[in-house]
Amino acid sequence: MIHIRDQERVSSVTAAGQAIALEAQNLQIFYGPFQAVKNVNLAFQRNRITALIGPSGCGKSTVLRCFNRMNDLIPTARVEGAVLYRGKNIYDEDVDPVEVRRQIGMVFQKPNPFPKSIYENVAWGARINGYKGNMDELVESSLRQAALWGEVKDKLDQSGLSLSGGQQQRLCIARTIAIRPEIILMDEPASALDPIATLRIEELIQTLKADYTIVIVTHNMQQAARASDFTAFFSVDENRTGYLVEYGPTRNLFTNPENELTEQYITGRFG
Amino acid sequence: MSRVHFDRELQALQDRLLALGSKVAQNIVTAGNLLLQRNNATARQVIREDEHVNQEQMAIEKDSLILLATQQPLASDLRLVASVISIATELERINDYAKGIAKINLMIADEELLEPARDLPLMADKAASMLTRSLQAFVRRDVEAAYALHDEDDEVDALYNRVYEKLISLIREDVQMMDQATHLLWAAHNLERTADRVSNICERIIFTVTGKLVEMPEEEDEIPYPQD
Repeated sequence: MIHIRDQERVSSVTAAGQAIALEAQNLQIFYGPFQAVKNVNLAFQRNRITALIGPSGCGKSTVLRCFNRMNDLIPTARVEGAVLYRGKNIYDEDVDPVEVRRQIGMVFQKPNPFPKSIYENVAWGARINGYKGNMDELVESSLRQAALWGEVKDKLDQSGLSLSGGQQQRLCIARTIAIRPEIILMDEPASALDPIATLRIEELIQTLKADYTIVIVTHNMQQAARASDFTAFFSVDENRTGYLVEYGPTRNLFTNPENELTEQYITGRFG
Repeated sequence: MSRVHFDRELQALQDRLLALGSKVAQNIVTAGNLLLQRNNATARQVIREDEHVNQEQMAIEKDSLILLATQQPLASDLRLVASVISIATELERINDYAKGIAKINLMIADEELLEPARDLPLMADKAASMLTRSLQAFVRRDVEAAYALHDEDDEVDALYNRVYEKLISLIREDVQMMDQATHLLWAAHNLERTADRVSNICERIIFTVTGKLVEMPEEEDEIPYPQD
């Protein structure tokens, strides 16, 4: 089996010379006989934040889960087309999905820390992935990157579940970072949080993009407008199949979208 | 789906802008005709009313900001609110020109009017007509009309150049005419600038509809140089 980490980083490049970290080519997603998503062609620029927005049921979370093969865990799910990472289609037979998920990490809507100490929440993943370095340093640096170190450094032995919702989510981000992914997928990471915690997550994402490529699903348009560099707008056709309507720089999409459907959606006149 | 409350607020904002524009256009016409009518009372009224225009411009701006903060408009809605703020500022400046002409009327007082002053009502009517039509084009989101109005600025520039040439000639003939000629030149300049500001409004119409910020082309050498 070929390990993704053994692949040299083969970066395709946009016309503007920006490196692409992840690319969907002609992506089709099925749940049994039902086509949930069709014809997605999308390239995510390295070290940028891309938001996926759209109405409920348009397939944005389904698309997100394709990017690290989380849909493999759904028995009826089937993917056609390609998701290219480091020049390799992650759906090729010789690709290890576990390794894919290490390099393309995910943060979920509901914070889900392990029922372990704060320290172990961060260390555990690194440990089972064979990390041999200084674990204390790794835990500290991960918690610092997640903007949580200052709040927990004196209670690392306390349970991760004792933290507030916003802190738990930042702990989950630290846990993801600890195994050194290249890309972080976030599925509505702030929707269960209060406004202050939400803004802290958004600030954190802005900091993280210096080191990671981030793809975030959000139903909050203002969040997409505040927090992302690029935005992809999805909708559903008459058969309830999701598809990509428009993709571009966030500043353009939210001030002067090209597609009338995008205009209707972001001005709240959709449906 | 429509956004009834938001659309109502947007419409109300536009209506206030139109009402302000109508008032300002009327003030330009009034001010431009003052010199021939020699009506000091009306001149003082125009001067006083400028404060109302200032207050209304600030109120429109404030309500626009409230709309931005509370409704978070995007895309064409965002461009519309941004343009309302910008156009309200243009209207406030244009009314300053009307006020300036009214003041000039008071300064000239009972002096015998120089002949070139007769062109000023024509300039005022033209500039005010352009202003009124620009606001109608804004309501209609009419990009074609915006470009066409910008071209009419050339007519106002031609009138200004004519007034300028005549006044400069008079000054050369008799330097005693310098004071009034300078005042009249300034009045003509205010009307010429009014038409320029209408061009700015036209640029905002184009931005509202297309999302593109354009600079309307201007003729070079708008201000005539003395001919040898």
